[in-house]
Amino acid sequence: MTGYSQTLSKAQQSGKQLDATDRRIIVATQAGLPLVAEPFAALAQQLGLATDDVLQRVAAMQASGIIRRIAAVPNHYALGYTVNGMSVWNVTDDHISELGRQVGALDYVSHCYHRPRHLPLWPYNLFAMVHGRNSQDVAAKVAGVAALLGEHCRGHEVLYSKRILKKTGLRLKG
Amino acid sequence: MDSVDASLVNCLQDGLPVCSRPFDDIADSLGLSVDELLSRVQRLLDDKVLTRFGPMFNAENLGGALSLCAMQVPLDRYDEVTDLVNAFPEVAHNYERDHLLNMWFVIATERPEQAAVVLGEIEQLTGCQVYDMPKQEEFYIGLKLAV
Repeated sequence: MTGYSQTLSKAQQSGKQLDATDRRIIVATQAGLPLVAEPFAALAQQLGLATDDVLQRVAAMQASGIIRRIAAVPNHYALGYTVNGMSVWNVTDDHISELGRQVGALDYVSHCYHRPRHLPLWPYNLFAMVHGRNSQDVAAKVAGVAALLGEHCRGHEVLYSKRILKKTGLRLKG
Repeated sequence: MDSVDASLVNCLQDGLPVCSRPFDDIADSLGLSVDELLSRVQRLLDDKVLTRFGPMFNAENLGGALSLCAMQVPLDRYDEVTDLVNAFPEVAHNYERDHLLNMWFVIATERPEQAAVVLGEIEQLTGCQVYDMPKQEEFYIGLKLAV
């Protein structure tokens, strides 16, 4: 079963299907939530809905995993984290879920995923994006990940980005 | 940016409760009024310290597909292949990386069955094999700052 069908089946198991009103809420908040003391009331007013209806729908979308959380996304560059390396690890299958959670919880790891290997070219199944103030800083943090994984890791590499070739946001059509 | 801002960036990454006044608890814990907190968040957005504040959507669970893909592109064809790949609207991000697999892109489609079609077209147009690496499990997404 692929990663996609796993997450989809989770959403289906939770019994939540998006309707047109959910979709309007998603489209209206893709750029962000109104920065006011009662943002869901402001959103409800904008969409002509009751505040309680909006709160229930947002809570349901969060429960089913459509919304991860209501949160801020930092700009790593503006915070001084100017170097990032995509560290990739060959972790024993039996330990990947537990170790992935531990690596993902490290302060300096921003994204952490279990992905499929493509043998023999690509033996790595754990991806962790590591951020630092310079390349020595990133190298020291990668060493921290290696120490955490210990004997359950059979090899790793760090792929630095040389150039951004394209960057656009994810957008759902209205 | 002061230490209150740094704490605020950390708190806001962890997520707000879904309730009518979601900023109240964080404002209390930082010793700010809600108005002071909101003006700080607005300033962090204006200064581009924060890129966005709001619901973080999980694209797969919206019913579409999202995947990280890699290709080994011959160096003498790199610019040509870049143009071919970037021309697909489904390609959201694309990075050149220092590896044998030297092109890494993210594809996002609104319907799951579109992903395989797009990857097949990319292989046919570029003559390069696409290594598809959809996530099998996601761990925490976020970054914590030293305060």
